Amino acid sequence: MAQVVLQDVVKNYGALPVVHAINLDIAHGEFVVLVGPSGCGKSTTLRMIAGLEEISGGRVRIGDRVVNDLPPRDRNISMVFQNYALYPHMTVRENLGFSLYIAKRPKAEIERAVDQAAEILSLTPLLDRKPGQLSGGQRQRVAMGRAIVRHPDVFLFDEPLSNLDAKLRTQMRVEIKRLHQKVGTTIIYVTHDQIEAMTLADRIVIMRDGHIVQIGTPLEVFERPVNAFVATFIGSPPMNLLPATVRSGGLRLADGTVIPLPPGLTAREGQAVQFGVRADNIMPEGHSMPPTAHMALVEMPVTLTEPLGTETLLFATLAGTEVQAKMLNPRPVRTGEVLRFGIALDKCHLFDADTGASLRV
Amino acid sequence: MYRMRLPPWLVLLMPAFVILLAVVAIPLVLSLYSSFTAFQLTRPETITRWIGTFNYEKAIGDANFWAAFGRTVLLLTVALNLEMLLGLGLALMVAKVTHGQRLLRTIMMFPMMFSPILVGFQFKFIFNDNVGLLNNALQSLGLTDVAIPWLVDGNLAFIAIVTAEVWTSTSVFAILILAGLFAIPQDPVEAARVDGCTPWQTFRYVTLPFLMPFIYIAMAIRSLDVARAYDIVQVMTAGGPARRTELLWTLIGRTGYVDARMGYANAMGYIAILLSIAFTVHFFRKLSSARTSLGMGD
Repeated sequence: MAQVVLQDVVKNYGALPVVHAINLDIAHGEFVVLVGPSGCGKSTTLRMIAGLEEISGGRVRIGDRVVNDLPPRDRNISMVFQNYALYPHMTVRENLGFSLYIAKRPKAEIERAVDQAAEILSLTPLLDRKPGQLSGGQRQRVAMGRAIVRHPDVFLFDEPLSNLDAKLRTQMRVEIKRLHQKVGTTIIYVTHDQIEAMTLADRIVIMRDGHIVQIGTPLEVFERPVNAFVATFIGSPPMNLLPATVRSGGLRLADGTVIPLPPGLTAREGQAVQFGVRADNIMPEGHSMPPTAHMALVEMPVTLTEPLGTETLLFATLAGTEVQAKMLNPRPVRTGEVLRFGIALDKCHLFDADTGASLRV
Repeated sequence: MYRMRLPPWLVLLMPAFVILLAVVAIPLVLSLYSSFTAFQLTRPETITRWIGTFNYEKAIGDANFWAAFGRTVLLLTVALNLEMLLGLGLALMVAKVTHGQRLLRTIMMFPMMFSPILVGFQFKFIFNDNVGLLNNALQSLGLTDVAIPWLVDGNLAFIAIVTAEVWTSTSVFAILILAGLFAIPQDPVEAARVDGCTPWQTFRYVTLPFLMPFIYIAMAIRSLDVARAYDIVQVMTAGGPARRTELLWTLIGRTGYVDARMGYANAMGYIAILLSIAFTVHFFRKLSSARTSLGMGD
């Protein structure tokens, strides 16, 4: 059993704190994704778990051992690096078997483990090549193979897909998910790409400036973001945020437009807020808006269109702010055309304008 | 009036041709030619006395020549390996230093800033059996009460010469290996640590293979240096006493300029150059195979 527990883990570089006392419980076999903008401390956190960075404070437990003072080799983890980090002077076979060779396992066992890993990742025909003779995707698979031959307690992935092109990234994402289903080992995965986070994770940990902002399943963080940062970070396109003031049970936007207060939200009279609504919940009339009891109607001029095939992304202006809306079953729209949009109020969010905290109860 | 018109490309290349002819081609041909004559510096007319391969046969049959040849190879092997090991150690230590590393790197190169002649004199003094620093130190420490004949005994003199060579040139290895250490990508090193390597195993299986090209470059440069070793040895022992520290070029230099037998000296010189070429080819082969194994270039 290998759960990973972080207790008040701190990282300082000299006087500069980069990770502030974070707490995280990761269950055995769980796939957890640490996500956040660059510089949020996610990679540093991962490297502290790996033992590549010293832990300045707090405790990291893997299984039932506190590993703070253990070197990486005694933590029984394996790691996949952003730049693959293969050993360029070794063949694929030697790369895969290296950790077992170092552990002085018998030759036959190494061979079996390497063959099995190569089989899982379809690397068998490449076993005698050197990393220099492989494509980016193949190198990434070797890096993953090197991680799985050891049957570690925990897999650590440090932005493993960010050097691949978009198509390959999608493909490798599926392979990583399949790998997890096959081997069932605990995975901690770092990325700045929220789509990777959403698609791969059992639970997402959103970090910002060295703090954990929210932990939850992909749907939880998508549907119930704790603050405006999570709301705009998770989901594509990012959630529209409109400055507003609470006035007699409604929301008064910058230009005086009043929208009824969405249900389930609590706000003081006169409170400055940000009204959040995703593009999926603003739709032009007559284009498959799912029926809902709470609907606000607004008229907006369209400034730009992005046809995506099954839907078209409409950029429009509401109360001086640009918002994005989705048009299902699209028809051609001219720039400047004024459309009536429905806003599904029960899917909307409200954040305090100062703290950014969600006002959902 | 007819004027000869040379094509422009030839006119433009002419200065280069002339210089190359004057400084490389003509001396080369002349020295090669003179190695087949009985040319003596004191009797210039002897340059026309063709004696065929006599000089070469004489060199090949000369025990002194082969002793000098063997000693040069030995010096090369011992000095290069010592310099490599010490330079590697030095580079690894300096790479760990975080404060004042620039200063250390500069200090490390000091030995290279002295003329080899002066280094020779300095070590000649250090190893002098009567007034030398080393014997004085050993005697003051009570480790010995005899004057060890450092520059007289053949083996001891060889050690003294190796010491002087190593002192001047270890920094060549140190600097090149340090450059290699800075060029190593950190990812594979970290991967090795995660893969279960001890610091020694990380060095052995990951760091060292990355350093090999740099080591071979240093080897190639230094093998040419040591194969033509002359100055330090000439100053410290002049190949003596009684040829006990004779190297190829001290022998060739003496034959050519002291004994004035330039034809014979040139013949030995050409054989000696084969040695340099052999070492260079060897190290460049090693270099390119080390690079290939790292997937650099072809």
